[in-house]
Amino acid sequence: MSRNARLIYSPDYTTYYFNDDHPFNQRRLLLMHDLMSSYGLLAESDIIAPRMATDEELALVHDARYIQFVRDQGHSKKELPQAASYGLGTEDVPCFQNMHESAALIVGGTLNAVDAVMKGQAEHAFNPAGGLHHAFRGRASGFCIYNDCSVAIAYLRKHWNARVMYIDTDAHHGDGVQWAFYDDPNVLTVSIHETGKYLFPGTGNLSERGDGSGYGFSVNVPLDAFTEDDSFLEVYGELVSKLARGFKPDVILTQNGCDAHTFDPLTHLSCSMRIYQDIPRLAHRLAHELCDGRWIAVGGGGYDIWRVVPRAWTLVWSEMSDQPLEDGDLPSGWLKRWQPQTDLPLPTRLFDEPFPAIPRRAEITEKNRITLERAMMYAPTEASK
Amino acid sequence: MRVEDIMRKNVVTTQPATTIGEALLLLRANRIRHLPVLDDDKLVGIVSDRDLRDALPSRLLTHDDDDTVLHKPVADIMQKQVITAHPLDFIEDAALQIYEHKIGSLPIVEGNRLVGMITESDLFSSLIELFGVNKPSSHIEVEVDDRVGMLAEVSQIFREAQVNVTSVIVFPGKNPGKKNLVFRVQTIDPRVVTQLLLQRGFSVVGPTDGGVIL
Repeated sequence: MSRNARLIYSPDYTTYYFNDDHPFNQRRLLLMHDLMSSYGLLAESDIIAPRMATDEELALVHDARYIQFVRDQGHSKKELPQAASYGLGTEDVPCFQNMHESAALIVGGTLNAVDAVMKGQAEHAFNPAGGLHHAFRGRASGFCIYNDCSVAIAYLRKHWNARVMYIDTDAHHGDGVQWAFYDDPNVLTVSIHETGKYLFPGTGNLSERGDGSGYGFSVNVPLDAFTEDDSFLEVYGELVSKLARGFKPDVILTQNGCDAHTFDPLTHLSCSMRIYQDIPRLAHRLAHELCDGRWIAVGGGGYDIWRVVPRAWTLVWSEMSDQPLEDGDLPSGWLKRWQPQTDLPLPTRLFDEPFPAIPRRAEITEKNRITLERAMMYAPTEASK
Repeated sequence: MRVEDIMRKNVVTTQPATTIGEALLLLRANRIRHLPVLDDDKLVGIVSDRDLRDALPSRLLTHDDDDTVLHKPVADIMQKQVITAHPLDFIEDAALQIYEHKIGSLPIVEGNRLVGMITESDLFSSLIELFGVNKPSSHIEVEVDDRVGMLAEVSQIFREAQVNVTSVIVFPGKNPGKKNLVFRVQTIDPRVVTQLLLQRGFSVVGPTDGGVIL
């Protein structure tokens, strides 16, 4: 069994907590960790605890006044008047006690993953608490306070001058990361997401390709609503392999949001658990082919915290740590511990039974193919080299 | 929104005596397509990239050493009847002018003095802002009867759900007697709003199981 991978994990991650009714709930990480352990995929030496990112590290991307405000707000009993202007105190990002510390811990977790990989401690590392790709320089958005992906990329640029390929398969567009590096030709941001016609944040159009010398280094594939596994994987496989071989990154950072699953309550994609085995598999292979194995993965969206997130991220870790899992019954201990805590019937197997086919599958597949072709037009693909 | 809010104030201009060659260089250097022609601050004409190209000999002709055209003044080819707008005009009126006259830009004139320019793409960028698609937001579309008070009823629901609206558009629906209201709302989780709307009997237009985006 290879021990070339690290999981950045601590139960303290659950302090990033908005309220009981909020869809973003890091309790999902407890379920995930327990499922990984139940499968026997975790040795003590696999785990690195997160640390808090320093203000200096956060300031690689974030505005100093914003950082100070988040800290002040987290230490204040009542909501400060400027909160709304920083995107805080909204339904999406309510204020909570010690929000700076909780959010900085997630960023520090991703930086620990970067350090582990770049300093040669491991080939790959996974921080499932990370992936908060909507946060902007001076503004919280879409459940995200600090953007650990952007900070990690800036950190990779600063300390290793690395060419970074960022691959975002969350169902929502990775807007915060895209805009942070929109004019940078050393950072290739790739986002495959449900079209923003209806879905938040509304951006991620094909036409967003980067700016100035970074033109061509932002790639977006907005998929039709109700896209299923085959079409998703077809697009992902072709896009990511061609771009990676064309761009030749030094390191790959994947955002592994798992809200493209059909059970996810916030989105309209129709994928199954299968994609969460295949997505990291290709990233893993490309990292070995092009980057001496350097691959950092983070979590992201995932709002069915019972039926989707634990299985999906267990699959990411199983791929990363070379401990492949096959379909079969989920560990009974896990089911026994968690089923009593939810009204939703938990899945009993690792993969899903096939879902009913979407009636207009052929059209959606065709449409996605056309979108893919157009998305690659100005991007650094293998053929263009 | 008024023209003065969106117009470009640093305008690249020429004089009547400016040569066609110089004007071409100005267009290329500034990546623009229209040059107002000023005589002592007074707007006397406009030349477009097309006027300039029309004045050049065809590239297929063989006399490539003939550059006499480049030394002629723009006054010879400029359009003297210039369609202009005023800084206090509404942008929709400016858009109408551009559309009706099939032109690409409008010099903005105040008391005989050129104070700005707006182009088609300035209007497009304002349109994008008006639609709210430049801010992170979700799209919620509601079909309502075309009668008094519907917008107010629907808006009330956004208030109840504590969701901030970044833009509202009302357009005639596909079905007779109906209007569609499109809201862009500042939330990643529009479920509460959508449920409230459905509960109150509104029909919400969204992606459908058929896999078609309506």
